[in-house]
Amino acid sequence: MKSKMLGVLVAAGTAVAFAATASAATLDDVKKKGHVQCGVNTGVPGFALPDSKNQWTGLDVDVCRAVAAAVLGDAGKVKYTPLTAKERFTALQSGEIDILSRNTTWTHTRDTSLGLNFAGVNYYDGQGFLVNKSLGVKSAKELDGASVCIQAGTTTELNLADYFKQNGMKYKAVVFDTSDQTRQGFEANRCDMLTSDASQLYALRTKMKNPNGAIVLPEIISKEPLGPVVRQGDDQWFNIVRWSMNAWINAEELGITSGNADKMKGSKNPNVKRLLGTSGDLGQKLGLDNAWAYRIVKQVGNYSESFERNVGMSSPLKIARGVNALWNKGGIMYAPPIR
Amino acid sequence: MADHQTDQNGTAPSKPPPWNDPVIRSIAFQIVAVILVGYFFYYILNNTLSNMESRGITTGFKFLDTEAGFGILMSLIEYDESHTYGRTFLVGLLNTLMVSVLGIILATIIGFIVGIMRLSNNWLISKIATVYIEVLRNIPLLLQIFFWYIAVLQALPGPRQSMRIGDSFFLNNRGLYSPRPIFEDGFGMVVIAIVIAIAAIVYIKRWAHRRQEITGEQFPVFWTSLGLLIVLPGLAFLVTGMPLSWEYSELKRFSFGGGMRIIPEMMALLWALTMYTAAFIAEIVRSGIQAVSHGQTEAARALGLRNGPTLRLIIIPQAMRVIIPPLTSQYLNLTKNSSLATAIGYPDLVSVFMGTTLNQTGQAVEIVAMTMAVYLTISLSISFVMNWYNRKMALVER
Ligand SMILES: N[C@@H](CCC(=O)N[C@@H](CS)C(=O)NCC(=O)O)C(=O)O
Repeated sequence: MKSKMLGVLVAAGTAVAFAATASAATLDDVKKKGHVQCGVNTGVPGFALPDSKNQWTGLDVDVCRAVAAAVLGDAGKVKYTPLTAKERFTALQSGEIDILSRNTTWTHTRDTSLGLNFAGVNYYDGQGFLVNKSLGVKSAKELDGASVCIQAGTTTELNLADYFKQNGMKYKAVVFDTSDQTRQGFEANRCDMLTSDASQLYALRTKMKNPNGAIVLPEIISKEPLGPVVRQGDDQWFNIVRWSMNAWINAEELGITSGNADKMKGSKNPNVKRLLGTSGDLGQKLGLDNAWAYRIVKQVGNYSESFERNVGMSSPLKIARGVNALWNKGGIMYAPPIR
Repeated sequence: MADHQTDQNGTAPSKPPPWNDPVIRSIAFQIVAVILVGYFFYYILNNTLSNMESRGITTGFKFLDTEAGFGILMSLIEYDESHTYGRTFLVGLLNTLMVSVLGIILATIIGFIVGIMRLSNNWLISKIATVYIEVLRNIPLLLQIFFWYIAVLQALPGPRQSMRIGDSFFLNNRGLYSPRPIFEDGFGMVVIAIVIAIAAIVYIKRWAHRRQEITGEQFPVFWTSLGLLIVLPGLAFLVTGMPLSWEYSELKRFSFGGGMRIIPEMMALLWALTMYTAAFIAEIVRSGIQAVSHGQTEAARALGLRNGPTLRLIIIPQAMRVIIPPLTSQYLNLTKNSSLATAIGYPDLVSVFMGTTLNQTGQAVEIVAMTMAVYLTISLSISFVMNWYNRKMALVER
């Protein structure tokens, strides 16, 4: 334990102390290494989980893959660092990873005091409750006095306190390190309920021995815009991550998919042409080549493809698009124009 | 140097110039070394702080006064979400100290018993001790903690099917519940009575010892002490009109409320730490006892001492000299191992402060440094106490 603590301190302190220049040019660094180092969670189905062939897949993983496709020309050139909620920001600050894409909520404090920047939102979420079915609870308002299994170092912990205080209720939180431990605590009946971002509740339920023994309550008690994070002070890298995501989302809006990307290169639509790089010089403005966004769509797919494959109807999670639908389809997913 | 030590003329050795005096020289070198090390740390710290500032990372200890906003499962002092991050530090620290102290006491008791069992002439007893030691020492502690935690949770019924003793004690997978004493006015008298009883016992013990040395007569110290401890506070309790009441736990919608509670995380962690460390202590005790020459036992026998007193009066005191140094490092290990608590959700310092608080505030350098300082202080205090005890027990050459 001592050594682990020392490790954190060394990572947090000395690395910051000596590696001050490393943050300046993440792009050069990534090109030199030949891969993007991506911080993900330790295994949440749909967001980041190694599949049977030990390939990481998920909606968070796709953000890193998109950046690798844009920068290195190959979406496969990503290495993954699984991180618990507690470890994630230190890992990014100390330069251990280039992007943190780990269902991380964009909040004021995180954005302003950690020396980090949020590059956008890849999933709009909210906090929900998973309750042991045998208790017969129908609403979160009935949870006074309940024990809650929860993961350390998350916004979830704070929202929970706020919600219970606001409703004049008491709770007992049992705090675990990883999502697997949290789930096991809940399954061993240590807690009456488990709380986390709603998307992760569905994901955790797929991992349970008896998924039908637990129900998700209707209440959503918070806003959790989840998105990738980069170090503050490296504007070029920040722009690359932000616009890789925007290209990914805009591709859906323009109807460009991994299947038709080649054909769409011949499109007359000026928006499509700019995105696919057949006109303009948007790639150069990022310090990349002009086919950057074409490679994202070709290799990773557009946002809708990623969504459906990982968390949507063609995945075990079966989450509906809901607020994550495009702005012109009833949702709030909205990317600034590519021009 | 050699010549002034072997000065044979009997005249006082001539004083060497200061730069050649080994004492002065070594002091000078040490001062220079301290200054260099100090400067090194100052440089690192300064560099870190200014780099963090230039990267927009908040630094400093102001966060300790900010409202924490999260709940903690178990606290020995008053705590809720509206308290500060500074308070979370205290809560975590006390929880760490509590398992460590209890763990050290229990592991010592069990370790001594098992260590002595291992040396027993009874085949079965010594084999049981051997198996215990070999199994527990060779399984990683983290696994044992998980095992006990899951075992505890699986073995215990849900709140509604609690095991119970009357209406006062309940045991279920949310914890062990007992009534909470509520002290009313006048209870101070009882406390004073206890203090007086203890003082009297100490005095009687000394007096009886002296009398036995002079006259050879024995005095029933144990029974007298027990009597004093019960009668004096008991009288005070009755006289002040029984100023004590109990708050009972009762079943609420989800679980029990009120009363006192020991959480399962605490039971599992304490049990795992105790059993694991006791296995090591048992081996230390065994080797300590074996280090005492067999002649001592024979001499005790020759004096007509039975087994028990031989062990207590002759063997153990001598064995202690061998036992204490490695015992100290077991105590240090137990304290540091208690930080594995995070894995099962016991709210110790590492979980509460270096976990949740760190993540909510993001001030890694300050928080990790504080946590390390705490462990360092605890370790140094244990070493200090044990070294003092060691010196006391050391063989006094006459
Ligand atoms: N969005 C929240 C919560 C994120 C979070 O850590 N959620 C847990 C839910 S159980 C998780 O994904 N854990 C996965 C892991 O530990 O690898 C935050 O940013 O604080």
